[in-house]
Amino acid sequence: MTRSLRPGARRTLAVVAAAAPLALLVAGCTENVDPDDAAEGTRALSVTASDDGCEVSATDAPAGTLTFDVTNSGDEVTEFYLLDGDGLRIVGEVENIAPNTSAKLTVNAVEGDYQTACKPGMVGDGIRADFAVTTSDEEVEVSEDDQAVVDDALANYAAYVEDQAGQLLVKTEEFAALVQARDDDAARALYPEARVHWERIETVAESFGTLDPDMDLREADLEPDQEWTGWHRLEKELWPEDAVGYTPMTDAERTEYTEHLVGKTEELVALVAETEYTIDDLSNGSRGLLEEVATGKITGEEEAWSHTDLWDFQANVDGARVAYEGVRPLVESSDPDLATTLDDEFASLQALLDALREGDGFVSYDTVGDEQRGELSDAVNALSEPLSLLTAAVVS
Amino acid sequence: MLLGGAALATGGYVAGQAGAEAAGGGGDTASYPFRGTHQAGIVTEAQDRLHFAAFDVITDDRDRLVDLLRRWTDAAERMTQGQSAGPLGAVNGGQNLPPDDTGEALDLPPSGLTVTFGFGPGLFDHPDDGDRFGIADRRPAALEPLPHFPADVLDPARSGGDLCIQACAHDPQVAVHAIRNLARMGFGTVSVRWSQLGFGRTSTTTTSQSTPRNLFGFKDGTMNIRAEETQALDDHVWVGADDDPAAAWLTGGSYLVARRVAMTIEVWDRQPLGDQERFVGRFKGSGGPLSGGAEDVDPDFEMQGSDGPIMPVDAHVSMVHPSRFEGARMLRRGYNFVDGTTELGGLDAGLFFIAFVRDPRTGFIPVQTAMARSDLLMEYLRFTSSALFAVPPGVAPGEHVGQALFA
Repeated sequence: MTRSLRPGARRTLAVVAAAAPLALLVAGCTENVDPDDAAEGTRALSVTASDDGCEVSATDAPAGTLTFDVTNSGDEVTEFYLLDGDGLRIVGEVENIAPNTSAKLTVNAVEGDYQTACKPGMVGDGIRADFAVTTSDEEVEVSEDDQAVVDDALANYAAYVEDQAGQLLVKTEEFAALVQARDDDAARALYPEARVHWERIETVAESFGTLDPDMDLREADLEPDQEWTGWHRLEKELWPEDAVGYTPMTDAERTEYTEHLVGKTEELVALVAETEYTIDDLSNGSRGLLEEVATGKITGEEEAWSHTDLWDFQANVDGARVAYEGVRPLVESSDPDLATTLDDEFASLQALLDALREGDGFVSYDTVGDEQRGELSDAVNALSEPLSLLTAAVVS
Repeated sequence: MLLGGAALATGGYVAGQAGAEAAGGGGDTASYPFRGTHQAGIVTEAQDRLHFAAFDVITDDRDRLVDLLRRWTDAAERMTQGQSAGPLGAVNGGQNLPPDDTGEALDLPPSGLTVTFGFGPGLFDHPDDGDRFGIADRRPAALEPLPHFPADVLDPARSGGDLCIQACAHDPQVAVHAIRNLARMGFGTVSVRWSQLGFGRTSTTTTSQSTPRNLFGFKDGTMNIRAEETQALDDHVWVGADDDPAAAWLTGGSYLVARRVAMTIEVWDRQPLGDQERFVGRFKGSGGPLSGGAEDVDPDFEMQGSDGPIMPVDAHVSMVHPSRFEGARMLRRGYNFVDGTTELGGLDAGLFFIAFVRDPRTGFIPVQTAMARSDLLMEYLRFTSSALFAVPPGVAPGEHVGQALFA
């Protein structure tokens, strides 16, 4: 990882509360909005939300993909909800609508009774009204199993992250012992293998405040007077050949830096054990890991001294694929073409990576020429573009 | 239709000044005086095109340097008035001599050309050769090379410089013509260290201009200091008489910060719209802040949403807002650039950031430091070039640029 704090990751985990409620996941995609279908009434609705009113342009709409265009005409920040007929279950919501701004809520709704609600000031029950979704020709297929799929995916992903963090800790302790014993050949061999477990869960690790800069900051991204610690500090110690005027660490420094890294890894293990995920954490995390590849690994900036970038590359792709496979059943029902495309592009990228394997690992990235880097970059782009559609496909 | 329109526009150019005026070419016929209290090209209504060049001074002969500044002054004054670089011009010299103007701007209107000169740290104290021109005691205290910021991946070959020239015009050929001829006149005295072309101004420097968009697709420079804000200019842009006792010659001048900001365009383009808006802190369409209102409405950083402020604390607008820096503002005058593609096939594109500040130590460095540390946009930015110059005040009649420095 590169920079100090990663927005993508913070975004992903911080907005748990704002994520689309999972119970509402319904099959069917956000296409086929046909507001002009006069025979069925309009699915494009507008809402004027004031401090004491919540005017919806219609009291009913045909089943299908509904769009509520909410304008806040009041002085307070507001929210808009579509609730079920009992007014208990949230079917869809859009939050944080500042005065004089608009926001859109898109939901797939089946025939039935609903309630609309504006919540000026974001407190209380809100200003509610009944809303009906009438029968229509548009097929809205709700799978009873969606919630089960989501629950499974989240549980599996949490287990995966915990497992990777656990393996990271074991190998980091082993690595620390080797560095302290000045068994540098063995430490160099273990370095990329240990980091694989970090890179697979990088977007999660990055969400924990300063853990990421403490553990994975690169020298180029240091602030003036900032102390440099973590993996890349030790990388430079183990691969000093290209480091002009480098002063090797003393035994005491080696102990200090490795113990610091082990300590931070223990913190990471504790944090992931109590982290919960939402379905968009998986889809956004999958995209985020590919962004790590595109911005850091392709260019060879991540492992500037060891040139073990391809291990990280593979690990990011591993993590992205695991997260994707967790949500894949949802994509398969909502957008089967997208699932097929993603399967194909993951396979194409993997084939390129496999061609660069050597022994148990990979060739040194400084031996990978511009042409091969270009091919890798093209494959990353080919995968990243459809991957950027994943979250919308699983939460809408 | 499209072809016809293009042909008309081209016709306007080749018809020369009168023709362009008749075609209603807007800024093409505009011309700005070269001499004045302040150099042109700072508060001047931002033109559409830029050619910026940084030079190494390769002589230690003070007279030779001063002579070049004198000749540059004459040439810049002529060119900004739509005339040739040399007194004879592209076609009026002898048949047996190369023309004293390269000719590609022949028949073109002044196109709002401004030429702005700056002096880098190396002019006062060269890393190898020291005080070559006997002016080290006049070096402004704030003219120190900028520190390393996180996410700086600077290319030394396009950073720094002993001198700079910023040429802005509505026609790129006019801007390039200015740099080309000034560089030509400097052979033997200066050597071009690096240069940068820019298109599509990303800032607005007068209240009459609309806010343009950067290559992220967002309106940029909304909060910029405008030419009409004379008090703000005195407070934040022009060096005051008492600012620096050693550098009285800089009074009425400014500091120019140049930073080439490469954007990871391809990754940015994959961000959902809502995320893009949260990173910036503004709506992409209107340019208004997420806290509501039109583009020119001040963001409300206190307004609370369900999980924190509506304006995310690390959104770009929140991070660099003057309220965080004791009111420090800058006059931004940046340009979009596309320098072809990278070796990986991505756009080599971004923003060539230019800002004028009264003192970079308070007006720029703290802002850049905060931004580099936690701005959400940093994920998509890489700073590949960086330079700081002291921009002397305007040139009075009969004087040359920087005359007070060498007096």
